[in-house]
Amino acid sequence: MMANKHAAVDFDKLLNSESQEFKTVQILDETGKVVNPEIMPDLSDEELVDLMKQMVWSRVLDQRATALNRQGRLGFYAPTAGQEASQLASNFAMTKDDFLFPGYRDVPQLVQHGLPLSQAFLWSRGHIDGNKYPESLKAMPPQIIIGAQYIQAMGVAVGMKKRHSENAVYVYTGDGGTSQGDFYEGLNFAGAFKAPAIFVVQNNGFAISVPREKQTAAVTLAQKGVAAGIPAIQVDGMDALAVYEVMKEARDYATAGNGPVLIETLTYRYGPHTLSGDDPTRYRTKETDDIWLKRDPLTRMRQFLTDKGLWSQAQEDTLIDQVKADIKQAINEADAAPKQKVTDFLKVTFEDQPQNIQEQLAEYTAKESN
Amino acid sequence: MAQKTMIQAITNALDLELGQDENVLIFGEDVGKNGGVFRATEGLQAKHGEDRVFDTPLAESGIGGLSIGLALEGFRPVPEIQFFGFIFETMDSIAGQMSRTRYRMGNTRNMPITIRAPFGGGVHTPEMHSDNFEGMITQIPGIRVVVPSNPYDAKGLLISAIRSNDPVLYLEHMKLYRSFRGEVPDESYTVPLDKAGITKAGTDVTIVTYGAMVREAQKAAENLAKAQIDAEIIDLRTIAPLDMATIITSVKKTGHVVVVQEAQKQAGVGAQVAAEIAERAILSLEAPIGRVAAPDTPFPFGQAEATWLPNATDIENKVKEIINF
Repeated sequence: MMANKHAAVDFDKLLNSESQEFKTVQILDETGKVVNPEIMPDLSDEELVDLMKQMVWSRVLDQRATALNRQGRLGFYAPTAGQEASQLASNFAMTKDDFLFPGYRDVPQLVQHGLPLSQAFLWSRGHIDGNKYPESLKAMPPQIIIGAQYIQAMGVAVGMKKRHSENAVYVYTGDGGTSQGDFYEGLNFAGAFKAPAIFVVQNNGFAISVPREKQTAAVTLAQKGVAAGIPAIQVDGMDALAVYEVMKEARDYATAGNGPVLIETLTYRYGPHTLSGDDPTRYRTKETDDIWLKRDPLTRMRQFLTDKGLWSQAQEDTLIDQVKADIKQAINEADAAPKQKVTDFLKVTFEDQPQNIQEQLAEYTAKESN
Repeated sequence: MAQKTMIQAITNALDLELGQDENVLIFGEDVGKNGGVFRATEGLQAKHGEDRVFDTPLAESGIGGLSIGLALEGFRPVPEIQFFGFIFETMDSIAGQMSRTRYRMGNTRNMPITIRAPFGGGVHTPEMHSDNFEGMITQIPGIRVVVPSNPYDAKGLLISAIRSNDPVLYLEHMKLYRSFRGEVPDESYTVPLDKAGITKAGTDVTIVTYGAMVREAQKAAENLAKAQIDAEIIDLRTIAPLDMATIITSVKKTGHVVVVQEAQKQAGVGAQVAAEIAERAILSLEAPIGRVAAPDTPFPFGQAEATWLPNATDIENKVKEIINF
């Protein structure tokens, strides 16, 4: 037996060096003060105001959607308040010809990308017309199977590369989604193929009720990019300017042929997971809620724009009224959608109808004409 | 016209489709330089380039997602899953996603994906390679499951599958790859999807089967002929959705039917065929529907395959039992 054998490996040291610090990018602090002027996004005053308008729109949409859900006028709804900078500022850095893969909470980006709000409402209600996307809408409907959007986004990115496209794919999941095998397979394939995909993890701290710390021993979710050999960065997800700037630079990097990027946004959802019975008081404390409310993305952007003379309460009030009117209009349009029939579904299960579908079409056509 | 093995017919079909449509892409594990573990893609990368025929990382779920994404970009993906036993890793892409996309998006998107996978017993693979779980996929709406039984059909069905705008799972029985040759025209041609073939016409009994069991049914029919029993063999070719019209026409003619599958008996294709016959033609039957299938254990260890797999004798005995009922 040898005494005082010198260890070949210092695992603690290895772990510490692997958990290298992923610095959180921030531009606007909680009070709306610019803390990193050297990385200020190259946005005009008009664009800055547009970005703020989109975040206000999203906050109002969240409030109205919640009310409509409670009135029974909307179906499935996953609240978005708190995540406006993470969602809308990342989307703001992309173009209409970039391809969007949303998670189920990412309806605001879909609508800003071109999905009519009435269709978003139909999707929520469970109506086939909600997912009839024109070819020009470069997006898939919200993904339900957590992680599936990551491998499909990778596929579109590989296709774009083969087409010599100048565009990129962007895809969202949450902190829980990073535990899925498909999360890693998406990153890994995209890295191996050097495909232009931007993988966004909106880390809002909870996968329904399970806290982020229970998902993984990794200190950050961004560091999961290291294993796939792709650059990854963590950003203050309550800071619209930081989210925008990181996303914009990621897009530039990916579309220049360098391959994918992983972005982790640190954010929070103020509301429940969905309106289908989730009660966040079972797994979150008021103290935690309060900490994040102080970091509100609208508050700091509002302050920043007001200081620059670009925003006023009167302007915001007018906008809110307009958004409410638009939502009312969209609900009316959704109400006009035809009642769904089984024959509608039978006709779109295959392009060319096999025998079983032909027989069932005849059967249900007869039933539905009664 | 040339004599080809089934695997040569498959390679030929892939080559022709790569040549006639620049959107056709072939990818998977080892399909590039190596030409696939069974050499189905032999020479295709050298001929059509690495952009069209390429290796992927070793992850079947990723291959599924890659296929869907490429289809959304207007390509016609033909991924290879190295062995059907590995299909479970990609089940969400198949069952949850690509098969549902046309329906889910109200007919606004195509999913022209043909997943090729070797399957089936009798070649002594290591365990977990040969499973006959095709019946599981046949329950999924929106995808076709195609199983060729001979070189001519293999080529024509594969070309039809690749040109289809809906997903197809195309299963290649490993035992049939090189066990015999058949006439295969050099030029491109199609064999229709959703249409069963009549391998042998007959008047006394209908044998409904697919894949490697078609060969066993042919051997059984030769012996049955010696006993003055004239069997008709229906090769399903597309096992989902089923061509019930061809089956029912035959059953009404013969009044006797034996449904044969290599897979385990529980659920599966044979059960569906039997149920459909019972629903549509029970009064034409002069005897119960006969079934030949493997026992309901997991797919056997290599050395036990011969005792486990159904064969011509099993079919012959079952037909005689039904005829003499």
